[in-house]
Amino acid sequence: MSKGARIGAVLVSFAAGIALILYGIFGYLRSSPAVVSAIPSASQPNSVNLVMQVDGAVGVGPHPNWVGYWVQDAKGVWHQTTLVTVPVDTNVHVTVYEYDSGGALRNPVWSQVAGVQGGTVTLNGTADRIINPNPTTGNGIAHTFVVPGLGIQVPLYGVGASAKNFCSTGPCNTSEAHTVTKFTFFSGSQTHKYRWQCFVPCGLGYLNGNGGPMTSLGYMGGFIEVVGK
Amino acid sequence: MTTTESTSEFTQAEGRSHVRKIVGIWLVVAIIADYFVWFVYGPHMPPGAMTDQARGQQFDIKVISVLAIPVLLFLWTFGFYSIAKFRGGRDRPDGYYVKGNVKTQTAWYVITATLVLFLAGFGTYELIVPAGAGGGEGPSPIWTPSTPVKLVVQVIAQQWRFTYRWPQFGGMETTSINLPVNTQIQFDVTSIDVIHDFWAYQLGVKADANPDVNNVAYAKTLQLGRFTVRCDELCGIWHGAMYNYGNVVSQQQFYNWATQMQKQNATVTKLLPKFALTYTPSYTGAGGGYYPSGDPNGTTA
Repeated sequence: MSKGARIGAVLVSFAAGIALILYGIFGYLRSSPAVVSAIPSASQPNSVNLVMQVDGAVGVGPHPNWVGYWVQDAKGVWHQTTLVTVPVDTNVHVTVYEYDSGGALRNPVWSQVAGVQGGTVTLNGTADRIINPNPTTGNGIAHTFVVPGLGIQVPLYGVGASAKNFCSTGPCNTSEAHTVTKFTFFSGSQTHKYRWQCFVPCGLGYLNGNGGPMTSLGYMGGFIEVVGK
Repeated sequence: MTTTESTSEFTQAEGRSHVRKIVGIWLVVAIIADYFVWFVYGPHMPPGAMTDQARGQQFDIKVISVLAIPVLLFLWTFGFYSIAKFRGGRDRPDGYYVKGNVKTQTAWYVITATLVLFLAGFGTYELIVPAGAGGGEGPSPIWTPSTPVKLVVQVIAQQWRFTYRWPQFGGMETTSINLPVNTQIQFDVTSIDVIHDFWAYQLGVKADANPDVNNVAYAKTLQLGRFTVRCDELCGIWHGAMYNYGNVVSQQQFYNWATQMQKQNATVTKLLPKFALTYTPSYTGAGGGYYPSGDPNGTTA
C-alpha cells in the first residue's frame, strides 16, 4: 500500500471514529424523554394534578423490559418519562398507579412517608404514614418516589405476586392489578429543578441493583422542574 | 578585559548592591503578604473553624501558606528585578549574564530542602496528632481524641443519599443530620452498596464509605452553624446530587431534635436491622434488606 493510501486510510478511519462519537452524542441527546406538565386542577385553585404509573416493564423504547414510569398529560395521553414540570407556589396532587410487584426494602427507612402534606399518603383509600415493607406480611414495597431537595419520601406499595391479572408490560391500565397511592406536596416558592429517584435498587441484573433503569432518565430517576406560573 | 565583558558583568560592589535591593524588596513584600495571609485572610480560610479538626486544617493551611508564599515572592521579585535592571540597553545589547555562585546555590538548596522537609514533617505530624485530622482511620483508629466521645453518629452511604443512624437514640435512622456544639463526636462511616465518601466540609471530616468497612473519624464541634455533606467518590449517575446540609446546634436543641425524631421514627426504627458497625446488603438485585455483616440473611434473602 502506498504512503498516500495509508494516510488516506488513517484519515478515513479517524473521520469515521469522530462521526461515530458524534452520532452517539447526538443520538443520546435526541433520546431524552418527553417533559410532561402537571395538569391544572379544575376543582381546586392553585393546584395541579400529576398522574403517574409505575410498570414492571415499560414496554416501549430501547429497553422495553426495564421498570419505569409513565406520566399522563392534560389530554389523557401517557408518556413514558420521568421529566415533569409543576408551577411554583402550587399544591401538587399526585396519583401513582403502581403495577409492579413488591419486596423488602434494602433500607427500611424508605418505608416511612415524609415531606407530603399532612404527613400521610392515601394507599388504596386509606391514610398511611408507614407502608409495610415486609413481603411476608404484605406485598412489600415496589418502588419509592423520593425527591431529596423537597424532602419528599413516598413508598409505593407493590402488587401481590399472586395477582391474576398482573400487568406484564406497559402502559398498563386500571383493569389490571395495581395499587393507588395519592399524596399532595407543595412545590415551593422558588423555581428549581429537583432530581428524584427510586430507592429500591430495582435494576435487576446490575451491580447492587443500581444500574440500568436506576441510572437512566425516563425509568427510575428524573427531574421535577418547578417553573414560573 | 574587553569592552563587551565590562558591560555584561557586575563588579562585586554592584552585585552586592543588587542583592541588597532584591532582598530588601522581597522582605517587605513577603512580610506584608504573610501578615495579610495570617491575620486577614487566614481566619476565613477553608474549611473554617466549626470543629477542632476544621480549625486544625485551617491552621495547617495557614502555616503552609505563610512558609510557601515567601519562596514564591522571592522568585517573582528576582524575576521582575532582573527584567527591570538586568535587561539590555543601548550600551549593553545582551544585558548582564548570570554566573553560577556556589554559595548562593548551596544556600538555595539548603533553605528550600529544609523548608520542604519541615513541611513534610509538619504535615505528617498534623495528620496524626489531632485524632486523625478528620480523616477516616479505618475500623481500629490509632489516633483517638483526648476527650471522651460523647456522641456516635453512623453514616450510611447508599446510591445516592446519606442516612444517619444514632445508636444512642435507639438506633433510629434519619435522612438529616444535626449535631450538638461543644461535643466530641465519632463518625462511623460505611456503605451498603458501592464506595462513597462522607465529606462534611465545614466539619473538616472526610472519610471513605466502603461496604463492609467501618471507617471511623472524629471531630469536636466548636461553633454553631450550617455544614455541607457531600459524597466525594464518584459513585454513579446521581453522584453530583448526593449531598445534604446539616447544622451544629446548641446541645439542648440537639437533644430536642433527636428525641423528637426518635419518637417520630419509632415505628420505622423497629423495621430496621439491628444496629451494627457494617451491613451487608442482600444481593438479590431488587429489594432485599440490609443486614449486619456476617448475618447469613445478607446473602440469602
